[in-house]
Amino acid sequence: MRVPIGWLAEHVDVPAGTTVEDLDAAFVRLGLEVEEVHRPAEVTGPLVVGRVLGIEELTGFKKPIRYTQVDVGEPEPRGIVCGAQNFAVGDAVVVALPGAVLPGGFAIAARRTYDHVSDGMICSARELGVGEDHAGILVLGDGAPAPGTPAGPVVGLDDVVVELAVTPDRGYCLSLRGIAREMGTGLGVPWRDPGDLAAPAGSGEPAWPVAVEDAGRCDRFSMVALEGLDPTAPSPWWMRRRLAQSGVRSISLAVDVTNYVMLELGQPMHAFDRDRVRGPIVVRRAREGERLTTLDGVDRALASDDLLITDDSGPIGLAAVMGGASTEIGAGTSAVLLEAAHWEPTGVARTARRHRLPSEAAKRFERGVDPEMTTAALARAAALLAEYGGARVVGALVDVDTRGPRPAIALDPALPGRVAGVPYPAGQVTALLGAVGCAVDGDGPLRVTPPSWRPDLTDPADLVEEVVRLAGYDDVPSVLPTAPPGRGLTDRQRRRRAVGRALAEAGHVEAPSFPFVGTAALDALGLPGDDPRRQVVLVRNPLSEEEPALRTTLLPGLLAALARNLSRGLRDVALFEHGAVFPGGERPPAPLPGVDRRPDDATLAALLGAVPEQPWHVAVALAGHREPRGWWGPGRPAGWADAVQAARRVAEAAGVELTVRAGVRAPWHPGRCAEMVAGGRVVGHAGELHPRVCAALDLPARTAAMELDVDALPPTAVPVGPRLSAFPPVFVDLAFVLAEDVPAADVEASIREAGGDLLESVRLFDVYTGPQAGEGRRSLAYSLTLRAPDRTLSGEEAAELRQRVVAHVRQARGAELRG
Amino acid sequence: MSGANDPYDPKQVAALAPEALDAAVAAARRAVAGAGDLEALAAVRPAHLGDRAPVLLARRELGALPPAARADAGKRVNAARVAVTEAFEARRAELAAERDARVLAEERVDVTLPWDRTPRGARHPITTLMERIGDVFVGMGYEVAEGPELEAEWLNFDALNIGRDHPARTMMDTFFVAPEDSGLVLRTHTSPVQARTLLSRTPPVYVVAPGRTYRTDELDATHTPVFHQVEGLAVDRGLTMAHLRGTLDHLARQLFGADAVTRWRPSYFPFTEPSAEFDVWFPEHRDGPRWVEWGGCGMVNPRVLVACGVDPAEFSGFAFGMGIERAVQFRSAVADMRDMVEGDVRFTTAFGVEL
Repeated sequence: MRVPIGWLAEHVDVPAGTTVEDLDAAFVRLGLEVEEVHRPAEVTGPLVVGRVLGIEELTGFKKPIRYTQVDVGEPEPRGIVCGAQNFAVGDAVVVALPGAVLPGGFAIAARRTYDHVSDGMICSARELGVGEDHAGILVLGDGAPAPGTPAGPVVGLDDVVVELAVTPDRGYCLSLRGIAREMGTGLGVPWRDPGDLAAPAGSGEPAWPVAVEDAGRCDRFSMVALEGLDPTAPSPWWMRRRLAQSGVRSISLAVDVTNYVMLELGQPMHAFDRDRVRGPIVVRRAREGERLTTLDGVDRALASDDLLITDDSGPIGLAAVMGGASTEIGAGTSAVLLEAAHWEPTGVARTARRHRLPSEAAKRFERGVDPEMTTAALARAAALLAEYGGARVVGALVDVDTRGPRPAIALDPALPGRVAGVPYPAGQVTALLGAVGCAVDGDGPLRVTPPSWRPDLTDPADLVEEVVRLAGYDDVPSVLPTAPPGRGLTDRQRRRRAVGRALAEAGHVEAPSFPFVGTAALDALGLPGDDPRRQVVLVRNPLSEEEPALRTTLLPGLLAALARNLSRGLRDVALFEHGAVFPGGERPPAPLPGVDRRPDDATLAALLGAVPEQPWHVAVALAGHREPRGWWGPGRPAGWADAVQAARRVAEAAGVELTVRAGVRAPWHPGRCAEMVAGGRVVGHAGELHPRVCAALDLPARTAAMELDVDALPPTAVPVGPRLSAFPPVFVDLAFVLAEDVPAADVEASIREAGGDLLESVRLFDVYTGPQAGEGRRSLAYSLTLRAPDRTLSGEEAAELRQRVVAHVRQARGAELRG
Repeated sequence: MSGANDPYDPKQVAALAPEALDAAVAAARRAVAGAGDLEALAAVRPAHLGDRAPVLLARRELGALPPAARADAGKRVNAARVAVTEAFEARRAELAAERDARVLAEERVDVTLPWDRTPRGARHPITTLMERIGDVFVGMGYEVAEGPELEAEWLNFDALNIGRDHPARTMMDTFFVAPEDSGLVLRTHTSPVQARTLLSRTPPVYVVAPGRTYRTDELDATHTPVFHQVEGLAVDRGLTMAHLRGTLDHLARQLFGADAVTRWRPSYFPFTEPSAEFDVWFPEHRDGPRWVEWGGCGMVNPRVLVACGVDPAEFSGFAFGMGIERAVQFRSAVADMRDMVEGDVRFTTAFGVEL
């Protein structure tokens, strides 16, 4: 809502010396957020009202040029050259005299042009920085001050426009009337209600037959008829100016007046060309198959929920939202029907949404319009059309009013104090509610009847807010409450933190990405057609049609982030992300119970059950060097093993044992993919990406990645403290030669089986493939630490254990001890 | 060598003579002085302090002396032995210091050489700031609550007094999910966690709920369609707006310094009444101390309590929520929101592992 301060000051006695900053602060204190303050462009030097005394048309130039004589309040008129044609002798205009500087640093001087000396400039609205109109110069019209009067105030250069963000509960603030009320209260100064107007005078038969069939959606419908409107009469300059300040385009007098009254009183109105309305007006719901071409020229199929204004020809208006083209007023309209009605907000909201018509009228009705304003608005509009367009009211006012009385709200006068923690005296509570416009009765429990313009006030809590707001939020003290002892973070929360920290400490950088994916990304990963990760949840209104689905895997986003980093010239990149994924699949719809009580247990269970599980995944992607090259030597390229190791870090951070085995799954290289098992189920995969995936995603060859379902990891067991033996260890190194397709993990498992309790630790320290190992075979060298808990192992015991291990690994894995 | 039982005249025990002892000490001192390094010193040591060194041989002779003479001679022998030992020790210390000075100097390295063979990674500041806020509240006895990002429409809107056709609902710029009757949305705020909490627990409840939220904004320098909030909810007997202010002031001090406070502006949220937006006074702002818009707050609307089965006659509560991106943006002087969502490692690395 744009509020021209000059307009506001007509209704509020803004104290002298009040600055824009003061107003800004007052608006904010009242809960009207100031989005922007538009200050008019600066004009310096002499800018005066002038009257055109004579016009000489100059010929012989490429375009029509006028040499004018203009009375600027000096003894002699000034000669001024002007290229515009939209003025006549006798018109009042705005003249910038030599020495004036217009917005944009445009300095005016007497200069010779088109063979004449131009002793100043006749200005257009745009040149003055007060509007966009540049089709011609600004003609002030009748009632302009005498020539020579400083023109700044006349054209509104002194006006500041404050743009307010109005919250949806305060529809009444979408009008000067509402803002004036708030400001009067906020500044504690007198103000006048511009809506305090008698209904338009009329007599005789009702202006038009009207029937309202849906009183539930239209509880007041008022109408007045006007004749004798001069369709060529222009809107007065001040009205056009205020409309421009308010961001509304000037169209014609009749349209401008309805817009102006809407801005002033908050009551949207509609003007029908009376001669094009056929028979009685009926307000009703749309019927099957009905259509309406609205003012914007769009032919619309109507829904049975749409409320219409109709005549014998069918729909002539989409009630509260937009008028119809068939009865639109035009260049020849001299008789109009002016309509001002009160529509039920949620119905308006549905129609506006259905037809994607968030009009100024719909916006106001959705937020609540004062139903008292229909006749006041008609009176105001009729008066303006009479004054500027020569129109006169004919027939009697139509006013179909089926409103019931507004129920009073019972309010404990101590409630505002209890809610705010500030003891407001009962008298203050009553006074503040009175300032809001409420009628307050009774002592003890108050009976509060909110004013007609505040449909949002329905509950005691709403009244509490008004009291605290007007008393000032700054009065509320700062007191820290004492919560009961809490449980701290849950295991799950601690685990997520631990996982993130572990990966970061191990050199990975967190890169959260948007969870939107498209088929292309899943194709690039090479997911087979029946892969469950292709079962996605679709967003109905996605940001991008290319990415309409929610991710089922973290890899598309993470690999895109990897590619982005590489494209920005970074070479060694290790990324991780952890977050929710959204598996698709058929689900029953979530119910939408009422809100007047807690849903019953069955409904609540259905509601919570309809929300899919959204498992928390973690993923890692690596490219370039895992360890950079340096003065110590060459770098170490990141590879499949780093991805597997990242999974191990995650498991360690989660306090879970992870078993790694070979696996096959997209998007990994089939020979370099590890499948990770924990708690008896597969929880993730890691390894090198398939070469085709790297190519499809523009990633370097051998890019590695890991993804793991953190929520699938079993709970962390409480660790058992090991018994530490102080007896000396025996170190044994063993190198086995065996078939190269025997996994190292299996060999180690066999060593552990045979080693039993006396085997303290085992570590693979060398892998060798080559001629000495033999074709298809490799050597795995292990270092074993043997130790007994209760004694020093004797040489014989150690030798025997070594023998047992060698025999077992030979028998179980076909391994020969290497010489 | 003389045995202990050899009958001889003590006066003839020449080894115990003061002159002999002095000579032994002097010889030892010469030898010590002549040793140029620790190895040479070690080489001459047996001759002067070994089993067959003069001072030790002299000591063996003591037993042969009559008791009267023994004490006197014993003192002399001891003094001589101490003198020789001290000479050796002093020289050894001297030579060791010399050796250290020379050898360790030769072993000098350039300690400014970088050894970043395993660079540290980093966590995103959104993550770490959410954790930090959670920690402040856990310290006050709150619990950290969670809710799904793909959420029931009823919990995201209806339960929070945002009616089907209310303008506040359309203003939320919601991502809807197929099929049309799924009843699911991408949550537009973390507030549904309020409803989930109240539906699953009985007051008093004090929870804080950080998480990811969605609105259909285009990504630009100050907006992102995927963002994060932290929601707070306290429902108990006798809670007032004063408690809300106290809580927000406490959080502000923890995050923005001891001088930080909050300021309220009246506003509107369907699920709180009264409602306010709050600013925080941030003394360390890059462009000088100032008020910064941070979030919304208010007293839980009794209608929300009713929809969640909590008796508003017995319990009252407050709720608040703030944007995390915004907090990171002004707390760490981040100029462009896009830097926060693109996953550029240069951005995130600057924030380390903890905030």
